[in-house]
Amino acid sequence: MDLVTPGLGLVVWTGITFIILLIILRKFAWKPILGAVGEREDSIKNALLEADKARQEMENLKSDNEKILKEARAERDAMLKDAREMKNNVISEAKDEAKAQANKIIEQAKTSIQNEKLAAITDLKNQVADLSIGIAEKVLKEQLSNKDKQEKLVESMLNDVKLN
Amino acid sequence: MSLHLHGILRDIFLIEYVMQINTFRFFLLGLLFSISLNGFASGEEKTGDEKFDPKEMIMHHVKDAHSFHLWDWDGHPVSISLPVILWTDNGLTTFMSSEFHHDNSGTHIVEKNGGKFVNLHEKIYQLNDGETSVAFDAEHHPTNAVKPYDFSITRNVFMMWVSVLVLLLIFIGAARRYKKSENFVPKGIASFVEPLIVFVRDEIAVPMIGEKTYKRYMPYLLTIFFFVWINNIFGLIPIINGANVSGNIAFTFTLALFTFIITTLVGNKNYWKHIFWMPGVPVPMKIFLMPIELIGMMVKPISLMIRLFANITAGHIIILALMSLIFVFKSVAVAPVSIAFALFITVIEIIVTAIQAYIFTVLSALYFGMATEEAEH
Repeated sequence: MDLVTPGLGLVVWTGITFIILLIILRKFAWKPILGAVGEREDSIKNALLEADKARQEMENLKSDNEKILKEARAERDAMLKDAREMKNNVISEAKDEAKAQANKIIEQAKTSIQNEKLAAITDLKNQVADLSIGIAEKVLKEQLSNKDKQEKLVESMLNDVKLN
Repeated sequence: MSLHLHGILRDIFLIEYVMQINTFRFFLLGLLFSISLNGFASGEEKTGDEKFDPKEMIMHHVKDAHSFHLWDWDGHPVSISLPVILWTDNGLTTFMSSEFHHDNSGTHIVEKNGGKFVNLHEKIYQLNDGETSVAFDAEHHPTNAVKPYDFSITRNVFMMWVSVLVLLLIFIGAARRYKKSENFVPKGIASFVEPLIVFVRDEIAVPMIGEKTYKRYMPYLLTIFFFVWINNIFGLIPIINGANVSGNIAFTFTLALFTFIITTLVGNKNYWKHIFWMPGVPVPMKIFLMPIELIGMMVKPISLMIRLFANITAGHIIILALMSLIFVFKSVAVAPVSIAFALFITVIEIIVTAIQAYIFTVLSALYFGMATEEAEH
């Protein structure tokens, strides 16, 4: 029975000792230790959160970069297309213009050739006429130099008229 | 609520596990005690010279004492004398326990402050006026002496203070480590105690009490956990024999009383309502449950008190009983068996030191949690 009867002295001393121990440890041990542990846990948590945020930002940046790159690529493509179109336009315009010019030149050349030809033909005609007249004059002069021949001619001419 | 349930379930599992160990231990205890006592009884018949009394030896070790007995030297006991502090009718009376000259059979009388004192089985008695020696009745109780209020620094008080000193050294030392290191990295002793402190916080306080209010109870829970644990451990060190502080019912009574007082003080409306007017049941049931709940309120700290006391004391008794076998059988041949068993039990006891400290703390935290739980159903 002795074993299970709490002794007054030990109860009192345990009580006093425990309260003092609690007060001392609370002030000098638990507060600083729990405070430090809590602070460290907070700092770790914050660091992790920040790392997460940084990762998120990195990802955002990456996607932004990709977007920009894509846009740039698209823009380049558009520019290239424009340039190609412009080139084609320029070329076709130049071609058209050249063709028109060429046609004009050819037309002009044709006209002038025609004119020249006409002039040349006229000139030739005049010259042939002159020459013919000259020849005819000479031939007539030759032919009509004697009486005989003059009569013969008149006679042939009359024959011709008869025929008509 | 689920947190609490989870905690309770885990506690039940743990207690069941501990109970399995305990069943085994108590089985051994009963077996050994019967052997020891039979051995003693038969020895008494056979020999007339000084007998070995295992019960007395064990009780002497398990109970408190006024001096710190270390060993016997040349037939004389060597012990540390401790102060005896008594409150008698004549006021405060103090003297050193060495004045009893190692006597605890009540024969050596110390006269102090107008009173005559004897040490009878480590209890101090004051003889009535005019008496010169102690007279006993049939059951060996003194008939002509009274027990004064005894506030002596006994063996247990002394060892308790040693444990307090060790605790202060460890934890204030650890706390200083945190001040030194600027980035709060635990070093040295701090790296050893920090996991334990975090364990008490994350595995005991937070799940049992709740995230919101647990901080208030942390100093108490930590102090009680380490105080119980270190005294459990000190009880296992053979050289400081009989330092059975946490196996003393006065010690466990006081700590359980603290838990009870705190539970009662922090109890909220919901807690008291559950005791005196259980919600959600019909009125006759409410009236029927009231005394049960009231008893339950008292039983909780009492179970705390008995659990720790019984576990630690049983461990001591079993080891001592195993050792007694050598002397009961008066044979060295028993020694290896005894030692092997005692070693085995000691290893279990080492686990028990931590488990019992844990259970005491968990249940304290659970009671605080129950007392402060908000109504949510």
